[in-house]
Amino acid sequence: MKKQPDVRGYFGDFGGRFVPETLMASLVELEDLWKRTAKDRGFQSRFKELLQRYVGRPTPLYPARRLAALLGGAQIWLKREDLCHTGSHKLNNALGQALLTREMEKHRVIAETGAGQHGVAVATAASLLGLDCRIYMGAEDMRRQESNVRRMRWLGAEVVAVEAGSRTLKDAINEALRDWVTNIHTTHYILGSVLGPHPFPVMVRDFQAVIGVEAFAQFRESTRSLPDAVVACVGGGSNAAGIFSAFVPFDQVRLIGVEAGGRGSGPGQHAARFSDDGRPGVLHGTLTQVLQDVDGQVLGTHSVSAGMDYPAIGPEHAQWEQAGRVSYVKVGDREAIEAFRLLTRLEGIIPALESSHAVAYAVQIAPAMPLKASILINLSGRGDKDMDEVARLEEGA
Amino acid sequence: MSRITSAFQTAQGENRAAFIAYVTAGDPSLARTPEIVFGLASAGADIIELGVPFSDPIADGPTNQRAAERALSGGTSLTDVLTVVGEIRSRSEIPLVLFTYANPVISYGIDRFAEDAARVGVDGVLFTDVPEEELDRFLPTLRSAAIDPILLVTSTSGKARIRSASRTGGGFLYLVSRTGVTGARLDLDADLEDLVIRTRKSSRLPVAVGFGISNADQVRKVANWADGVVVGSAIVNQVAAVGDSDELFSAVEAFTRPLVEMCRKI
Repeated sequence: MKKQPDVRGYFGDFGGRFVPETLMASLVELEDLWKRTAKDRGFQSRFKELLQRYVGRPTPLYPARRLAALLGGAQIWLKREDLCHTGSHKLNNALGQALLTREMEKHRVIAETGAGQHGVAVATAASLLGLDCRIYMGAEDMRRQESNVRRMRWLGAEVVAVEAGSRTLKDAINEALRDWVTNIHTTHYILGSVLGPHPFPVMVRDFQAVIGVEAFAQFRESTRSLPDAVVACVGGGSNAAGIFSAFVPFDQVRLIGVEAGGRGSGPGQHAARFSDDGRPGVLHGTLTQVLQDVDGQVLGTHSVSAGMDYPAIGPEHAQWEQAGRVSYVKVGDREAIEAFRLLTRLEGIIPALESSHAVAYAVQIAPAMPLKASILINLSGRGDKDMDEVARLEEGA
Repeated sequence: MSRITSAFQTAQGENRAAFIAYVTAGDPSLARTPEIVFGLASAGADIIELGVPFSDPIADGPTNQRAAERALSGGTSLTDVLTVVGEIRSRSEIPLVLFTYANPVISYGIDRFAEDAARVGVDGVLFTDVPEEELDRFLPTLRSAAIDPILLVTSTSGKARIRSASRTGGGFLYLVSRTGVTGARLDLDADLEDLVIRTRKSSRLPVAVGFGISNADQVRKVANWADGVVVGSAIVNQVAAVGDSDELFSAVEAFTRPLVEMCRKI
């Protein structure tokens, strides 16, 4: 396989830089800086130290024995990104980009957030590094992730409610891009997933690749083998890209990305980009698989998990799907909530609703697999933020 | 000679900047769009930019976002916009530029779009979210359909990019007056004059300045520096204020005429 992405930021047919001209100079500057710091020992050792002493890396690899015993098939291992400081894998990338912001001598960061996990991570990194911080969040997401809104504000970030469109992640990204275009000289946009114009998809993947590097080594050490399958939820796709990247070269490992099946099929009911409503298109600066109508207008989405409620997917995922390297499946709201309860009761681990989608798919496939087989799940975040929303759903049910 | 080029030549011959008016197609409705364009033409506009509504207009401020929302809720598609262009073209020779995001065109099919757009009488296409690096996939068919690709440059572009954009593009070069999204603003950037002068030096195409220009005073200033002035959100606001009423044509004309008059160079 050719080096991915190419110099123009394309993963095969997907990626690129579809942005207003105003942003081009900054994207080139960011790409140059990121490439330089990737080889700069001083920068890397500062980043590594923060990952260890601040984020709490490496995160454990944990065998979920009671869950596996219940299912009676494959062994199940959890990569515990939920144990990262701030509660998810998002801090890996937020810290990396916040350090780059300091290198660029910009003093202000902005970010979008869906579930609030990326927003909390950016607010945290900004507070640690002394940067001004503004977070854009859909008004609907602010309602369902209220505790994260409070955390961001405590951390010193200004949280701006986005009332446009579906009032979710997509609209928050629109607003963050508009801010960036306006304040390009002072501001860095810390994009939270493997989305957006080049170099964001590859840069965010590389900041998240630590998940895969650790999990690969830990799994080897624990089992002297490779997992049969690696399962991760895919909103924009950063936690999945982070863990998959280490396993992509090993064809014997099945890689499975789990999209949000929401309430079912039909436009607006789900966020499954590889379903009938998805076609290649341009959204938020990148050419990728996008949920859209026949006229090229982007469709609304639905998922119980705010972090997966997004109509496009990272361009590298689109390429992995096209190449057949990763299979993308979907899990609905109801199954995700069941998996959320199951893991909580059996293992004492409360997963984020996003990560619960990955758990749910593993629960589906494990029973048919042999006992000696194993599934590695990226448990990308913890579910404390979802307590109110799940309680609300329970009352409604 | 293309309609766009000849519009700039006419304006230059009359010692004024070309006046370029932007409106969102389909706002307040598709049926009223030709009338708005004729109102602008009657007020003396030299070129019309027709906005193709898109669900996620990242380069647009609130005024144009809301116009796009209204147009989309009325069901406006790119197919409809092309039909309306045909209608306008059957009654007017005014140069028409489509102002669009990449996705509706990609979804329509790039080759089919270029053919259909040329057939109905589109003169130029401006993509808000396609920098020169990504134009490859659009250029060959646009060129063979004799449609001018209108490129944008900004204060962040630098000399090399401006020069290159003016070679790749056709019709005119669109200079964004300041970093940011579309929308009326109270004042012009202090260094705009200098930016316009520098841009004109590096460009082989006429340079039109847009984004944020909304009143007579601003038009008068910019018209003295540039080959063309674009006014968008201010007109869109006017359309929104009048709405789907009988006064639409006359209101648009009355609002635009004093702005056009400010284009005379002094």
